[in-house]
Amino acid sequence: MSDNIKITPDMITEHGLNLQEYDRIVGAMGREPNYTELGIYSVMWSEHCSYKSSRFHLKKLPTKAPWVICGPGENAGVIDIGDGQAAIFKMESHNHPSYIEPYQGAATGVGGILRDVFTMGARPIANLNALRFGEPSHPKTRHLLSGVVEGIGGYGNCVGVPTIGGETNFDASYNGNILVNAMTVGLADANNIFYCAAAGIGNSVVYVGSKTGRDGIHGATMASAEFTDDSEEKRPTVQVGDPFTEKLLIEACLELMATDVIVAIQDMGAAGLTSSAVEMASKGGVGFELDLDMVPQREANMQGWEMMLSESQERMLMVIQPGREHIAQTIFEKWDLDFAIIGHITDTGHLTLKQHGKIIGDMPINSLVDDAPEYERPYVSTPLRDTIEASDIAAPVDLEQTVLDMIGGPHLCSRRWIYEQYDYMVMGDTVQRPGGDAGVVRVHGTNKGLAMTTDVTPRYCFAGPIEGGRQAVAETWRNITAVGAKPLAITNCLNFGNPERPEIMGQFVDCLQGMSEACIALDYPIVSGNVSLYNETNGTGVHPTPAIGGVGIMADIDKMATIGFKKAGESIVLIGETIGHLGASLYQKQILGEDAGAPPPVDLLAERKNGDFVRGYIESGTVKTCHDLSDGGLIAALSDMIISGSMGATVDIEGACPLHGLLFGEDQARYLIAVDTATAEKIVTDAEAAGVEANIIGICGGDELNVNEGAIELSVAKLRDAHESWMPNFMAAAV
Amino acid sequence: MKSAVINFPGSNCNRDMAVALEKITGTKPDMVWHLDTDFAKVDFIALPGGFSFGDYLRCGAMSALSPVMKEVIKRAKDGVPTFGVCNGFQILTETGLLPGALMRNAGLKFVCKDVELIVENDDSLFTTDYKKGQSITIPVAHHDGNYFADDETLDRLEGEGRVAFRYASNINGSQRDIAGVLNAKGNVLGMMPHPERMIEPCLGGIDGVKMFTSVLNSLG
Repeated sequence: MSDNIKITPDMITEHGLNLQEYDRIVGAMGREPNYTELGIYSVMWSEHCSYKSSRFHLKKLPTKAPWVICGPGENAGVIDIGDGQAAIFKMESHNHPSYIEPYQGAATGVGGILRDVFTMGARPIANLNALRFGEPSHPKTRHLLSGVVEGIGGYGNCVGVPTIGGETNFDASYNGNILVNAMTVGLADANNIFYCAAAGIGNSVVYVGSKTGRDGIHGATMASAEFTDDSEEKRPTVQVGDPFTEKLLIEACLELMATDVIVAIQDMGAAGLTSSAVEMASKGGVGFELDLDMVPQREANMQGWEMMLSESQERMLMVIQPGREHIAQTIFEKWDLDFAIIGHITDTGHLTLKQHGKIIGDMPINSLVDDAPEYERPYVSTPLRDTIEASDIAAPVDLEQTVLDMIGGPHLCSRRWIYEQYDYMVMGDTVQRPGGDAGVVRVHGTNKGLAMTTDVTPRYCFAGPIEGGRQAVAETWRNITAVGAKPLAITNCLNFGNPERPEIMGQFVDCLQGMSEACIALDYPIVSGNVSLYNETNGTGVHPTPAIGGVGIMADIDKMATIGFKKAGESIVLIGETIGHLGASLYQKQILGEDAGAPPPVDLLAERKNGDFVRGYIESGTVKTCHDLSDGGLIAALSDMIISGSMGATVDIEGACPLHGLLFGEDQARYLIAVDTATAEKIVTDAEAAGVEANIIGICGGDELNVNEGAIELSVAKLRDAHESWMPNFMAAAV
Repeated sequence: MKSAVINFPGSNCNRDMAVALEKITGTKPDMVWHLDTDFAKVDFIALPGGFSFGDYLRCGAMSALSPVMKEVIKRAKDGVPTFGVCNGFQILTETGLLPGALMRNAGLKFVCKDVELIVENDDSLFTTDYKKGQSITIPVAHHDGNYFADDETLDRLEGEGRVAFRYASNINGSQRDIAGVLNAKGNVLGMMPHPERMIEPCLGGIDGVKMFTSVLNSLG
C-alpha cells in the first residue's frame, strides 16, 4: 500500500521536514522516495537523530583525557577507573513524552538510558535524574511531578538499579515544557566493551527483546518540534515501558556478553529499528538487508514503515558471529525474550527492506547519516548584564523568616518526598544516599567508590549563558570533590528552546563555550551527551538548561565525607572567597521576585585550587564533614549540615558587604568543612600558603543555628520542620 | 551452612542476599533458577526481594506457581529454614506457607527508607541473636508491604508468638504494625524489611547481621 502513496508537500511537512530538505533527499537517492523511505529519512534527519542544528558546535567540545576509553559518538561514554574496570555513562532527555504522559514518559526515559549503558557491556549500577517543572502554583505542576517521580521509580525500582541522586527545579519557564533528564552509570570490564559497528558480510542481524507494536511512531519527530496547545493529542506517540522485560533483557545481554559471539550491538531507542540498523551499518561501512516479515510483531497487519519507525521499548539489534546464533538464541529463550534473525549484512552500502517478498525500501546508508543537513544557524548572544552589588539589593525584612522561607520553600527544601519513592539501596553498594552533595556507589567487591551527581543552574544560564555553562560544569565538579572523589568526566543533556531563533541559538553556543572552558580548566572532559531542542510552547522557550552529569572516583570509601555535622565543638571552616554576589541569586528570585544582574563569576583557577585543596584533606582522612555552597549561599549550606547532622552551629560572619550578601550570596568555588579546632587552624595556615582563602567562621554543637550573636537564632527542630514539610504539604495540596 | 537463593525472572535482590549469606556464613550459596525442580540439598532457602514476573497480576502470585516452588514448599514443610524478604515474603504468602497477604501501602506510594523495628520474638531460629523488645534499624523498599490478615489469624499469630517483628512506627498500613511473621513450626519467616541491606557500617548499619548469625548458630 505504502508504495502507491504519492508524496505531497503536506506529507513532507507532517514528517517534520522542509521542502529544501526533501529536495536533498531526492538528490541523495537520485529519485523520489516512497512513503516508507520518506519516513525513514524524516527520522534520521530529525533534529533528535541528526543533531543538525547542534553538530557544528558539539564538535568543539573537549572530549579527551588519558582516562577516556570512548568519547561521544557511541551509545554512552566510557572511562577507565583502574584495576581493569570502566565506568560507562550517559544522560538523556525525555522531555516531550513526559509532559504529555508523565508516568510513561519518565519511565521509558529511564529504560532508554539504561539500554544505552548495558548495550556497551556494562551492568547498570546507578540511576540519577535532573528534573525541571513549572512553578508550584501552575495547575499542572503537581500532576506532572507526581507522575514523573512515580514513573522513574516504577521503572528503576523494578529493574533493580538504585536511583541515588538527582535534582529538581521549579520555574515558570517550564510551565508548558517540563524537562526530564535521566542518567545511568554502569560498570564493565575495560577489555569487554561492546560497540555498534557492524562487520562481516553475510553475518546475521538479530533482533531480541520485546515485540514491535505501533507505539511511539514518529517519537523522534515529535521531540524535534515545538509544542502547541494540541500537542497532548500526540499521546499515542509516547511509548509504554515494561521494566520487567528490561530486567530480563539486561540479564540476557550480560549473559551473552560473557561469551564471544557478539560482533556488534545497538539498542533500539529513538527511531527504533531504523536508527539502530542505520547506525550499525554506517559505523561498520556495510549494508543491511532486513526482512520485515521476520520482525516479531505485537499487532497484526503492520506496515513496513510502522515497523521501521515504531519506538516500542526493550528491544536490541545485534550482529552475531556466523554459525553461533544458537548460543544467543538459547540464552534469550531462557529469559523468555523474543529472538529472531531478521536479516544479514551486505556489501551494497544500502539499507534494503523487504516485506511480503517485495523490496519496500532501498536507501544508501551514507545518505541517511552523512548527507543529513547540518545547519550553522545564526545566533546572537544574550546581552551581558551588569554586576549588581549586594548593597544595591534589598535586605530581607525579617531575616529569620527569610531563612525559613528559603530552606523551607520549593527551591531548597528537602527532596525526601521524591527520593524515598526510589529504591536507592538495591544492589547493596550505596554508601552515600540521596540528600548529600553526590551519590556514592561502592565498586562491587572493592573498597573504591564512584561518586556521581547531576547539576545545572538554569537561572545563571539564562542571565549569562557563558558563565552559566562554566558554573554547571564547575558545580558538578565541586559536588564530587565535596564527598572526597576525584572528578573524572561528564555527560550532558542540553535542553534548549527553538534553535531557529537566533537568541536561543546564542544561548546554546554560549553555554557550550562556558562548559568547554570549565572542562578544560578542570581536566574534566565530556564523554557522552544528548541534545534536546525545541523545548518551547507557543513560542516561549525554557531557560537554557545544559544539565551536567558528573562521575568521579575515590580510592577508599572509608575516607568519604558527608554533609552532616558530626562532633560538637568542631570548627567550621569556610573555604573560598565571599564577595556576597546576589545578582541572579535564588534570594533575589524567591524573596524579591526579581531576576537582574550578572550571575556569579566562575573563577576556574580558584575553583580548581580550592577543590584540590579540600579534596586533599578528605583523601587523607582528616576531613569527614564537607558541603559545597551553591543556591541559597552560606546559610543554605549551613542549614543542610545542621539538619543532616541533627546538630546546631554558632557562627560569626563578617565581610565588606551587607549581612544578607554574606549569608545568601552565591559566590562560587566555596565549601564548608568541619574539623577539630587544631586541624582547622592548620588548614587555615596551609590555605594561606596554597593561595586559598579559608576562614574559621564558628563551631558546631548545640541545638540551634546562631548567627552573629542572635542576628539569627533558629532551633534545629524549626529548621528541619521547615526543610522537610514543604514538599509533602505541596504534594498533598496543603500549601 | 549451605544455602540456596531462589532466582525468579525479575528477582533483583538475589545478588544482595547471596553477598550477605556468603559474607556472614562463609559459604557461597547456590543460585537456583526457578525452573530447577531438583536443586541440591541445603540447610537454608532464601527467597529474595525484587519484582518477580514484574509484579504483574499480583506481587508474588506467578512466582508462587513457578516449578521450583513445589520443592521449596515440600522442604519448608519438612522443616528446612526458609526465609523470604520483601517480594520473597509476598511469594511465601501466595504459596500459603505463611498466612495473610501484602496489599498496596496505605500511602499508595513506593517507600524506601530505614525503619525502626521492634523484635517481638527472639526464640525463632532466625532471631535468637536479637533480644525481645530490642529496637533495630532495617531498610524497607516496597510498594506492597501492607500486611493484612483477618482478626482471628492475627490473634492466633500473636498468641503463638509468630509475629517476628513490628514497625515501631507504621509505614505502610500493616495490621498491628506487623513487619514479619513466622509459620507455626517456626522454620519459615517472611518479612518486608531487608536485613541483607544492613550488614556493613558503610551501608548504614549492621542490624541485619544477627538475622544471619542467628540462623548460622541455630543450625550449629
